[in-house]
This record gives sequence, structure tokens and C-alpha cells, in this order.
Amino acid sequence: MNKIWLIIQREYISRVKKKSFLVMTFLVPVLSMGMMALIIYLVAKQDDLCDKKKVEVVDESGMFRNKLKSSGSIEYSYSADNYATAKAGLLKSGYDYLLYVPGSITGVQLFSEKKASALTIQNIQSALSDIAQSQRLVSAGIDTAVLAKAQRPITLDAKQITESGEKDAQTYVAYAIGFISAFLIYMSLFIYGAQVMRGVIEEKVSRIVEVIISSVKPFQLMLGKIIGIGLVGLTQFVLWIALSLALSTVAGTVMMSKSTGNITEQVAKSQGVSSAQLSQASATQVQENGTAKIMKSIESIPVAYTIFCFLFYFLTGYMLYSAIFAMVGSAVDNETETQQFMLPITLPLVFTFIISMNFIINNPDSSLSIWLSMIPFTSPIAMMIRIPFGVPAWQLAISMMLMILGFLFTTWVAARVYRVGILMYGKKASYRELAKWFMYKE
Amino acid sequence: MGTNMISIRHIVKQYASQRALDNVSMEIERGTVFGLLGPNGAGKTSLIRIINQITAPDSGEILFNREKLNQKHIERIGYLPEERGLYKKMKIGEQILYLARLKGLDKQEAMRRIKYWFVKLEIESWWDKKVEDLSKGMQQKVQFVATVLHEPELLILDEPFTGFDPVNAEIIKNEILELNKKGATIIFSTHRMESVEELCDSIALLNLSHKILNGKVKDIRNTYRNGTYLLEYEGDHLAFNGSAPFTLLSETNHEGSYQVKVKIQDGKKVNDVLHYLLPLVTINRVEEIVPTMNEIFIQTVSKSK
Repeated sequence: MNKIWLIIQREYISRVKKKSFLVMTFLVPVLSMGMMALIIYLVAKQDDLCDKKKVEVVDESGMFRNKLKSSGSIEYSYSADNYATAKAGLLKSGYDYLLYVPGSITGVQLFSEKKASALTIQNIQSALSDIAQSQRLVSAGIDTAVLAKAQRPITLDAKQITESGEKDAQTYVAYAIGFISAFLIYMSLFIYGAQVMRGVIEEKVSRIVEVIISSVKPFQLMLGKIIGIGLVGLTQFVLWIALSLALSTVAGTVMMSKSTGNITEQVAKSQGVSSAQLSQASATQVQENGTAKIMKSIESIPVAYTIFCFLFYFLTGYMLYSAIFAMVGSAVDNETETQQFMLPITLPLVFTFIISMNFIINNPDSSLSIWLSMIPFTSPIAMMIRIPFGVPAWQLAISMMLMILGFLFTTWVAARVYRVGILMYGKKASYRELAKWFMYKE
Repeated sequence: MGTNMISIRHIVKQYASQRALDNVSMEIERGTVFGLLGPNGAGKTSLIRIINQITAPDSGEILFNREKLNQKHIERIGYLPEERGLYKKMKIGEQILYLARLKGLDKQEAMRRIKYWFVKLEIESWWDKKVEDLSKGMQQKVQFVATVLHEPELLILDEPFTGFDPVNAEIIKNEILELNKKGATIIFSTHRMESVEELCDSIALLNLSHKILNGKVKDIRNTYRNGTYLLEYEGDHLAFNGSAPFTLLSETNHEGSYQVKVKIQDGKKVNDVLHYLLPLVTINRVEEIVPTMNEIFIQTVSKSK
């Protein structure tokens, strides 16, 4: 036991002391925060960043006169010219588009030098439709006050009924948490598993392995390495979480005070385009409601429970796969030879990841989702997707138990191959060879 | 001393299609230098790995100090494998400390001994160096220190001199002999026969997974004596006839100085040869040709095929 502890220490300290570890630890949260900030910035400034499209409007019907509101991306101006002159002069006029509304309002046309973008077409179309609709309703004798009332949008308030009472069932937060945690597990299984494999290959190639296993059992060496690197992973996660929280609190307070105004204004503007009749004030109202709802539904996710499950599935999943990675490392003489053995590792992981992101996240309670969250090879990812949506306790219990049995099993198999593999120099291993090594007596 | 450090009894080790050791037995006396010899693939490394408990035999047993070999003996054995290496990116000092602690030494004691050896081998300045910055020979020195640091009773050295220049090989050889003088039993696996004659008290020769020769170096060489002598003399050319107590094997003549190889007839002694020659020539040199371990090695191995 004492010797495993020595091995764990060496594996841990030698990695944590590396410059690359420090760089990764500080750079990743900073970079991801930076990226988030950039995305928020780009979304907020979207309209300013893309060129304003100038649209010349020739409205023979008179229905839209001064009703099309310019927004960040489109600027309307009404032309005094008639259709033919405007059309002929478009290329030299400095306008990007010419919108022609005939008197009958049928056969509305949009002309441009370049092909019109789908977004622009859609924006103009919906602006026109909104106005036309209101206009027609008004001309059919509907009061404008009634009209404004009628056009107020409806938002759906999803609630979940559990034994402990009602709670908000906003799925997009569950969606985001499931997505992020499953993605992190998927990535970390590869990153830290590959570190285990490289560590084993390094010991084998440098031939130090024979010196060490004359002092400790191969199993102790393998387990010490797996645990040591696992702790490195855990340290990195904890530091990332702590740093991200610290950074986002700092950035959050700065950003909030500075740009809330901007964003709401921006949102209001874009809302203004799609429902021209709505007042700016009510648009802002809707948005604020949404933000409050997101905040509320984040609060409805049990943080401690989710973090516990995440760490559990990360650790057991890591143990399960890194044992296989260690086995592969013991069988080869260099990293390029590992390719042929990587399929059994990458196949279940990639398969689960793709299924998770496309299917489980939308159907967290389907029988396929439940099965995938039970099988130890797929459950670390599949279960993490399901957890934010709520998983029955018995399913979680079975899945966790199977996970523990799963990693005990792969560790046992891997150790049997590993003890033989690390002493086989210059022998090209095949799957048959591995099976033979597995069968060797002590 | 007379007691056995290691008793190897009827060891069989089978790998999938190939038998690495077939009913091999031998005794290694405490305090001796024991040479484990044999061509590549004879089973030397398999046997050494079994003594180190890296692998276990299929049948047979090994006694360490008359006790059945078990886990607690690991700390009393020092092993320098033929395929050796160190962590390339780890500092020398930390690395030796780590290896010593894996052998059960506590930190303070290990530090004290590392300092002793570093001073002794004049490598004090290497503590903070990384292995990748050292030459092959320097790495071997570090590895040697790591092997002997826990003062093992049994030292197993697989080809210890490869990679050393003659000066350093001599230093290491003397360290090995000094450890032996202090009481360590040494198992020494090699193909280099010169060093065997110089260092070993006893040897075992393995070939194709069988032990084909075993005993004290002196005894083995005695059994391989066959009455061949080298003579050098000056004088007239002699035409040996039937009355000579030997048969001539070869003769070279260099300006009146003759060098001949003779085989003494059964029942005669070297004194009879001298007696025969004394009145005829001036004798400069008489030497018995005892086969070297190298010759015995080649002869025995090729005979056993």
C-alpha cells in the first residue's frame, strides 16, 4: 500500500509540476471566458458588425409608407422615383436593394446587384407581412387598441410536478448542463486516458519498468499510475471550476453593469423588426421575464447533486477507460503502434457521444437512453446527459453499481495483459497475442 | 560460510509455445560471485525474473536463505536488468530517491546513502540533472547506484559492464568486488567470458532452457585440462621420435627460437617432458594450456546441440 502511495505521488507531482499543467490550468478558463465574452459581444453587436443593407422602397400602394422601420441591419428609405427609373438606376444609386410594392400588393419584388441573403429576404418579408396584416385588420374595422392586445405574444411556462412539489421545467438549462458535462467527460476520458497510455509506453520504452517491477507488483505500478493521473485530472477540474467561477463573477459584475443596457436595447430593436406594432417597452418586458426565468431554472438544478454525479462518472469512467489505455500502452513499443488497439476505446465513446448529443438529450427517458446510461462503457456520457432532466434514484443506483463493477472488471483484465505486455520488447502484438497474455498464469 | 543464499529447485517455466526453463536446479553459495552464463535465449533472463519475483515458475521452487521465496525478500535483492533505463525527464537525485524508497528505504536513510555513493563515484554535481542530459555511461553509473543503494544481500547484475568505457568498467568492477567482500552474494549474468574468469567463483551454463554445466570455475577448468602444454626453447631443430613422452601438435620456428604445442602421453607428467628436453635445448617457457571459459563455453554449447 505504501508503495502504491509512492507511485501515486510521483505520477501526480511530476505532472502537476510541469509548466504545461500550469499553463493549461490558467489558460483554459481564461480562454473559454474570453470566448464566451467574444460570443456575447458578437451577438450584442451583430447588427453593427454586419454592413447595413440599404433598401430603396418604391411603394405604389402607399400601404407601407413610413411604416417599415429601419433596424440595425436594414435601412429603409422611400423613393420618390417611379419603379422604372429606380430599377434602371439601382446599380448606380448606392442602394443595395430595391423593394418594389405594386399598387395591388401582389407580386412584390426585391431587386439587388448581388444575390439577396436569405436572412434579409426573411426580415423584409416578415416586416411587410406584419404591417400588411395589421393594416388589413384595421381596414376591416378592428380597433387599434384591440389589435395591439391581440398581438401580444404568449409565453409558455413549463412546470414539473414532483413529490416535493412544483418546480420550473425549463429544459434549455438542463440541456446546457447535460451537454457541457457530457462533453467534458467525453474529452477528459480521452485526454487523461491517453496520458496513462503515454506514461506506460514511456516506462516500457525507457526500460525502467523492469527495475520498478522488481520492487513492486505490476498491478501496483499500473494502479498507482492510473490513480495518480486521475488525481491530476481531478485537480485540474477543481481548479478550472474555481477559476471559472472567480473569473465569471468578476467578469459578470463588470459586464452586467456595463452592457445590460446595451443588450436589452439591442434585443428590443430586433424584436421591433419582427413585430413592428409592439412597443419597445413591452419587448423589453418579455426579455426581462426570460432572463428571470433562466436564473430561476438554474436555481432549480441541484448543484451539489450534479457535481457529485459528474465527479463520480468522471472518476469511474476514467478508471474504466484508463485501464484499457494502460493495457494498450503495455502492448506496444511506441505510440504509432497504438492505432490498431484504439478502436475498442474510441468506438463506444464516440458512438455514445453522438447518440447523446442527437438523441438522448432530446429523449432523456426513452428506453435506448436508459439502456445506454446503464452499460458501464457508455453510461458516463449517457447518464450525465440525463441527470439534469431528472433520473429515478433506482436507475442511478443501478448505473453507479454497474459502473463500479465495470471498472473493476476492466482493471482486472487490463492488469493481466499489462503484467506480460510491459516485459515484451520488440514484439508486435495482435489481439490474439493479448488474449494469450491474458491467459498466462502468474 | 558454506550456506546457500539461493537454492533453485526443478524450475520449469513455459511460455505459450516455448519452454524457457526445463527442470533447472542450482545452488548459489552465500558470499560468492556466481556467473549465470549462456547464449541468447538460453533462459537466463527468465530465471533472473523468477528470482526477482517478476514472474513465477510453473513448477519448482526457489529458497532464499532456506526460506521459500516471498514478497518480503524483494527488499533484500538488488537487480540491474540488462534492459535498463530511467525516467528521462526526472532529476537524477529524485529518481534514485524514488527507486530506493520503492525498495523500502525511508527518506532520510535513502538521502544519506545517496550522498555517500555520489561522493564515492564523484557524481555529486549530478543531483539536479535530468537523465536525458547524461551520456549513456553516466546513466549506467546512476543506475548502478540505484541498484545497490538499499544494500541488498543478493545482487543480480545482468550484463553490468555494457555501456561502460574501460575506466568506468574498472570502477564498477571494483565496487562490485567490494560489495562482495562486505558479504553480498552476487549473481552475474553475462556472455563476456573474460570477466567470468576474473570475477566468478562458480558458474552455471544454460543452453536451450537446460542447465548444461555447473560448478566452481576452478573445478570446471580442471576437468577440461587435457595435458596440452606450450613450450618455447632455443637450440637445434629437434626431430621428435617415439621415445618422446608427448606428441607434437604444432611447431613454429622463429630464428632458432621454437614454439611448440604438445600433448603429454597418458600417465606421463610435465616433469617427464622437461626431463626429456633438458639435455637437448635451452628452455625459455613452459605453460599448461588450460581451456579458457570462453572455449569451454563454446565447446559445451556446441556439444549440447
